[in-house]
Formats: sequence, structure tokens, C-alpha cells
Amino acid sequence: MATTERRTDIGPPHYDKFLHPIIKENYGKWKYHDTLRAGVLVHVGETGSIYTVRAASPRLISTNFIRLMTGLATKYSDGYLRFTSRNNVEFLLGNKDNIDPLIKELSDNGVPVGGLNNSISNVVHTQGWVHCHSAATDASGLVKVVMDELYEYFVEMKLPHKLRLAVACCLNMCGAVHASDIAILGLHRTPPRIDHSTLPNLCEIPTTVASCPNNAIRPTSIEGKTTVKVDEDKCMYCGNCFTVCPAMPMADPLNDGVSIWVGGKISNARTEPMFTKLAIPFLPNNPPRWPEVTEAVKNIVEVYAKNAKPYERVGEWINRIGWPKFFDLTGIEFTKYHLDDFRYAGTTYRRSMHNRY
Amino acid sequence: MSDELKTPLLDELEKGPWPSFIKDLKSMADRPMVKDLLGQLEKSYRDKRGYWKHGGLVGIMGYGGGVIGRYSAIPEDFPGVSHFHTVRVNQPSGWFYTSEALNEIMDIWDEHGSGLTNMHGSTGDMVLLGTTTQELEPIFRELTAKDWDLGGSGSDLRTPSCCIGPARCQNACYDTLALTYNITHKYQDELHRPMFNYKYKIKMSGCPNDCTAAMARSDMAIIGIWKDDIQIDQSAIAEYVDSGFNIQEYVIEKCPTKCITLEGKELKIDNSDCLKCVHCINVLPKALSPGKERGAAIALGGKAPIVEGALFATLIVPFIEIDEENGFEEVHDLLERIWEFWDEHGMNRERIGEFIERVTLKTFLEGIGVEPMPQQITQPRDNPYIFYEEYYEEETE
Ligand code: HEM
Ligand code: HEM
Ligand code: SF4
Ligand code: SF4
Ligand code: SF4
Ligand code: SF4
Repeated sequence: MATTERRTDIGPPHYDKFLHPIIKENYGKWKYHDTLRAGVLVHVGETGSIYTVRAASPRLISTNFIRLMTGLATKYSDGYLRFTSRNNVEFLLGNKDNIDPLIKELSDNGVPVGGLNNSISNVVHTQGWVHCHSAATDASGLVKVVMDELYEYFVEMKLPHKLRLAVACCLNMCGAVHASDIAILGLHRTPPRIDHSTLPNLCEIPTTVASCPNNAIRPTSIEGKTTVKVDEDKCMYCGNCFTVCPAMPMADPLNDGVSIWVGGKISNARTEPMFTKLAIPFLPNNPPRWPEVTEAVKNIVEVYAKNAKPYERVGEWINRIGWPKFFDLTGIEFTKYHLDDFRYAGTTYRRSMHNRY
Repeated sequence: MSDELKTPLLDELEKGPWPSFIKDLKSMADRPMVKDLLGQLEKSYRDKRGYWKHGGLVGIMGYGGGVIGRYSAIPEDFPGVSHFHTVRVNQPSGWFYTSEALNEIMDIWDEHGSGLTNMHGSTGDMVLLGTTTQELEPIFRELTAKDWDLGGSGSDLRTPSCCIGPARCQNACYDTLALTYNITHKYQDELHRPMFNYKYKIKMSGCPNDCTAAMARSDMAIIGIWKDDIQIDQSAIAEYVDSGFNIQEYVIEKCPTKCITLEGKELKIDNSDCLKCVHCINVLPKALSPGKERGAAIALGGKAPIVEGALFATLIVPFIEIDEENGFEEVHDLLERIWEFWDEHGMNRERIGEFIERVTLKTFLEGIGVEPMPQQITQPRDNPYIFYEEYYEEETE
């Protein structure tokens, strides 16, 4: 292989190669779909039907797991499979009779099927302690413990509407949790600890100063070397400085932890997309199973399940009942941290007499 | 070599019904890299902090991105992860694979890497987690020999991604897979060699359900839309009515503009009032589908909070034809005008969303040559501080 020409900029292969023949024939000609049961769809096209079986995946997966999936695809779905934008695995079956044996074999291997319609789909998440220097918590572990708790809502469709969960382990939000029904967000609560011995060599001072959205960083001189100082009253622990300057680490085992956000939504269905809003400002990092976090998330899911009307997403439900009632029903404490004090904070202040008493 | 792997905390994550990534990782713990990854993670769980260095620059010759350097902060304790670099591999449109193709990639990764992956990263790539610097070139050669290439990283065009679109969704208003393939291939240089102010993500969703979360997670959201009337199959409506489905409560009352009525078993929509929210189509998939005059809307500037705060994308072009016959020229043309203006006037680490906020929509539209339209805003300004650019001078009377 060493003698072959070095190929560059070839881009990904054409997707055509990976489409099931039934999909190719009906490409752009689908008439409708139906949900046969939790995790199983049929799409009816002009010349045939394709059956989809949607399976969970932890996203952080080994080649062993992937080979298990490809083995099942070869056996049951003519060798065709795909991944969804929320990292579920989907098997695309031409033969309806293969649905049951496929589900059985998945289940024998501990892989549940579900995540469709009025259920909780796979959790979009990030790298965490497994692979990132910025992390205020772990992501894969949180997903595991939360989904253990909410398992029934993945394998059954018993919620008022779909519920999208996301986890990000710092404010960089590689999992883009800012528009999910319920989001778990790791955060730091203390300013960066500056390593003045390495900073002058590792970091460019103007870039580091400019990185701070709150102008909290100023150049300074220590023992004749230019470094930076942080105005701690202005710091909101966002970690922007650390992204550009490795000598300003954020990790603080005593104070790092998790916050919970609710009511975001992406789809335009009925109402416009919405950002998530703060529900719980801080819960401690309590690995390996984060009991405070799983309990808090389960509580919100259950209160939503009990009180929302059909086709109401979490955010739509809260908008109908109002935030005071949300805090009432969930028993979550309202604190001064719920009041915004960053840019555009004023847009969240009540400027009317419209309130439920 | 370190002693026997003991992970009492991580073992707790083998319990419970959800698939356990720890069980999966342990199935590979005979590999030094995976073993030490588990060891270091156990230590993180004990100490409640991560142990990764804010690494260094590594890459593939000729490429400015696609590989991300990663080093353990405590390599003495965990030599297996002293190097643990990430390789981003550009996924095919729609994340479709065959078993054979995936197995080939896994063969390469088993030979040259840790065997761990993220399928997939939030931007869309296959993320191969954990290899060393000297394995990078062999991995690259073997991947390209099988027709795969690297994805983006750094201040470049990030790997575009799309929803399943016409491959399996009756809502798709344009061919998301074809456009993604086209843009990815046309802009290989922008994808592989970071030259922008900051990252630029493009996501394509076939309808306003936005299954790729383009409005929140991409700098450029290309979202399928239609202009004419929703197509109605009245016999299917009659079947829904006969089946006892409550169209009044679940469809009509949920329509944001209340533009739907049911007369007997006949559904009527005042399409002049329809917001294209897709709710009714979602709920009655057998009876309703998007109109025939289809294309896309383009919104710019969605992003997570870093640096200045989170933004949803702003609608810039309410309707554009997605013309495959024409090689998608109109989309390329718009994209290039946007890049040019952002390149000239944007600042370092300024995403397009923050750029638009800073220079204002008015200046931005002028800069990229798009007309101002009432569709781009929720309301006209309510403050009177208007910067007039034209006014009369005495002598022009
Ligand atoms: C002005 C300087 C810098 C900027 C603007 C910057 C920005 C970023 C950004 C945006 C990412 C996210 C990566 C992505 O999604 O593609 C990143 C990742 C990273 N940066 Fe930096 N960085 C800077 C300097 C440095 C320096 C000096 C180092 C090391 C000494 C470093 C090491 C890393 C590493 C190791 C990662 C990613 C690791 C991973 O994904 O596993 N960066 N940086
Ligand atoms: C330095 C440590 C970082 C690591 C290890 C990291 C890792 C990653 C990875 C693996 C992905 C998925 C990539 C793909 O699919 O190609 C991702 C996406 C993302 N990153 Fe990072 N990243 C880092 C820093 C940052 C920074 C500094 C920012 C903010 C400026 C950032 C914002 C994001 C966002 C918003 C996404 C998701 C985008 C989407 O939904 O498509 N990350 N990150
Ligand atoms: S969200 Fe933060 S900690 Fe998590 S992977 Fe992204 S940058 Fe790292
Ligand atoms: S953590 Fe954020 S607010 Fe604090 S100094 Fe760094 S950049 Fe500024
Ligand atoms: S965004 Fe629309 S077209 Fe694309 S998969 Fe979702 S519902 Fe279908
Ligand atoms: S798409 Fe939305 S706005 Fe249009 S008719 Fe249907 S429910 Fe009403």
C-alpha cells in the first residue's frame, strides 16, 4: 500500500452506495409512514415498503459494538444500517419477518429498541472526562445513569409528546444543549487558576485578554514577565480563556458540578424554536451515579408526563401554565440565580400584570 | 506496565438496563490504550476532575484540520493514553452505511487506533478516538484507499451534515443528501485548510421539523420549505375521522394560526395563513404532505453560548430554489458572498451569528446583496433612533 499514490481532498463516498435497493427505488417518492410499535417504523413508497428498527447506542462505542451492529445488519437488513442525528442505530429492513428476530437478538445483547414519537430518544452528548480537558463533569456516565432511570420512556411511547434530552460537560456545549426539552449542563463555579510560570510561554497575551466576553482579563507583569490577571468579580467561569490559553485551567473538583435546564425546542411544529431556561442552578458532581441529577431529571419528566396535554413539548407546557406554576408543581426552588444578569437580561423581566395567582 | 485494572466506581455503570459504555469498553481492556483510558477515567470519577492536557498540534500532511491532538496530563500513570488523538472522518450524507463499508473502517481502526469511536460527533463526523502521532499517516492512507476522507476542525468549513431527507422521509422539500454531498465536495479546500475567522457549520434539514437542529447548531441552516398549498388526500382524512381520531383537538386547535377547518369529513386549509409549521402534516402523515412548489429557506448564525451568548439562526433568504439540474449554483453563489463579506469584515473567533449582531442585519444584508424583507424580522424596530442615509440638501430642492 505504501507505493500507492497519496490521495487527498477526495471527500466522503457517494451515499448512493449505502442505500437499500428499496430506498433507492422510492427515493423522494415516499407516500407516508406509520409507527408499527415502539421503535419500529414502516415507510410506504410507490413501489415498496422499508421497515426501520431503531436501537439505542451509547455513542461512545467500540469496534466490538459496531461489529455487533453490522453483523445484525448483515443477518437481518441486507447489510444496510444508518445512524440518526441523535446517534441511534437504525436497521433498514426489506423483509418484515426479520423485525422480531432482530429485536430479540438486540435485546439478548442488551440493546433496547425505541426512541420514536412520544418517547425519549437517545441523549445527545459530549466527551466529558473521557476525552476533554474542559469538562466540568462526565457526559457518558451522566447519560447512562439518567437513561437507566428513564428507560421505560425510551421503550414505550407514553409521554404527551417527544422529549429530547441533552448533556454537555461545559459551556462550550459541543452537544448544543441550548435547545432541548431537558438539558444537563456541566459548569465550573470558580475563576481559572493562572499558572504564571507557564503562561508567558504558552499563551499569546492579546488573544487571551480578548477571549473574555466580560473583559475580566488584564495584562500584568510578574517578576518581569508579562502574564495576565483576572478580575474575579467579573468572571462568570465560562472557560473561554482556557480555550485559547492552556495555562488558565478551570477544573475545580470541589466546585464543578451540574445544572438543569428545561423547555427548549428545535422543531417549528406549532410554536417557534425555543432556548432552554434554567431550572436548577447547581447539583453536585456525585459520580459514579449522580443520584441528585437522576432524581431531578426524573421528577421533571414525571411532572411533565402527568400535567402536559397531548402534543405539548415541555416548553409549550410551561408557557401554558406559566413559570410560577412550573416551580410549584416540580417543587424546584426558585433562587436569585434564575434572574438573568448577562446581555439582554431585561428581555426576561416581567413588564406586565399578566400572572396567574 | 500498570497492574491489574481495578475500576470499582466505573463498575457501578455496568448496572441498569441502558446499554453500558463501560461494559463495552471493558470488552477491549486487553488493549493498553483502552485499559489506561479506563484507569484514567476511574481516577477522574474518584477525584471529580478530568486529566487531559490542553494538547498540542498534530495533523496530516497537507491538511490543516481533521485530527485533534490529545495527551494525558498524567502519562506516567497511564502511558497507554499519553497520546490519544482524535481523527474525524467525514460521514456519508444521511449517515447511511453498509455493514461491509463500516467493517472496513473498523479494521483500519482496530489496527491503528484504540478501537473506540463516537458514532457520531455532533457536527456529523465519525469520530475515531485515540491514536498516536505515528499512526496518523497510515490511517489516512488506508482510509483514502477505501474512498474515505477527513472531516473539518479549527476555523474552517466544518463537515456539513443533513437529515435523512428524500431517502426515507415524505416531508423532504429538497434533496438534503445531494446538496450535502455537493457542498462537501465543492468546498474541500475550505473544509481541510482552516482559513476562516472561526468555524462555519452547515446543516441541511428537509423541512421545518429540522431534525438536524440546524437552527440552533449551525452557522448556516438550509431548511426545506414549500410555497403553495399543503396537499390533502381527502379520502385519508375520512379514514382518520372514521377511526375516531380527534382532528379537532389534536390538529385544528393546535394550528398556530387556526387556518384549518373540518367540514364533515373534508379538511380545508386557508394556506394564505399557514406558517409552514408542519404540525398538521406530522400528525396526519397519511393525509397531508407539503405543497409542490418546493425549495429551502436559509437562516444564518445559530450557535451555542460561547462567546457572546447562544443564538438561533436568523432568517436571511425566505425561499431559494434548490436546483440540482443547475448544479446548486444559487446556493454556492450565496454561500460565497457570505464568506467573502465575513472574511473581510469579521473578527478572529467571531462566528457569523455574532458578526451579524455586531454589524447589524441591515449592514449584513447590504454586504451580501440580499434585499431587506419583512420575513426576516418579527417586527419592525420600535425605537426611533434611525440612522438616515438619504436626506435633502437645500440646493437639491
Ligand atoms: C488562539 C489560540 C487557540 C484557539 C482559538 C483555540 C481554539 C480551540 C477550539 C475552538 C477548539 C475546539 C476544537 C474543534 O471543535 O475543532 C480547540 C480544541 C483544542 N485545542 Fe485549542 N485553541 C487555541 C490554542 C491552543 C493551544 C495553544 C493548545 C495547546 C497547547 C490547544 C490545544 C487544543 C486541543 C488539544 C484541542 C481539542 C482536543 C480534542 O478535541 O480532543 N489549543 N481549540
Ligand atoms: C477543547 C476541547 C473540545 C473538544 C474535545 C471538543 C470536541 C468536540 C467534538 C468531538 C465535536 C463533534 C465534532 C464532529 O462531529 O465533527 C464537537 C462539536 C462541537 N463543539 Fe467542540 N470541542 C472542544 C472545544 C469546543 C469549543 C471551544 C467550542 C466553542 C466555541 C465548542 C463548541 C462545539 C459545538 C457547539 C459543537 C456542536 C456543533 C454541532 O452541533 O454540530 N467546542 N466538539
Ligand atoms: S462540552 Fe466542553 S467539556 Fe464537553 S466536550 Fe465540549 S468542550 Fe469538552
Ligand atoms: S472564565 Fe470566562 S469570564 Fe472568567 S476570565 Fe475566563 S473568559 Fe473571562
Ligand atoms: S427535517 Fe423534515 S424532511 Fe428531514 S427527516 Fe426531519 S421531518 Fe423529514
Ligand atoms: S402547517 Fe402549521 S400553520 Fe400550516 S396549516 Fe398545518 S398546523 Fe396550521
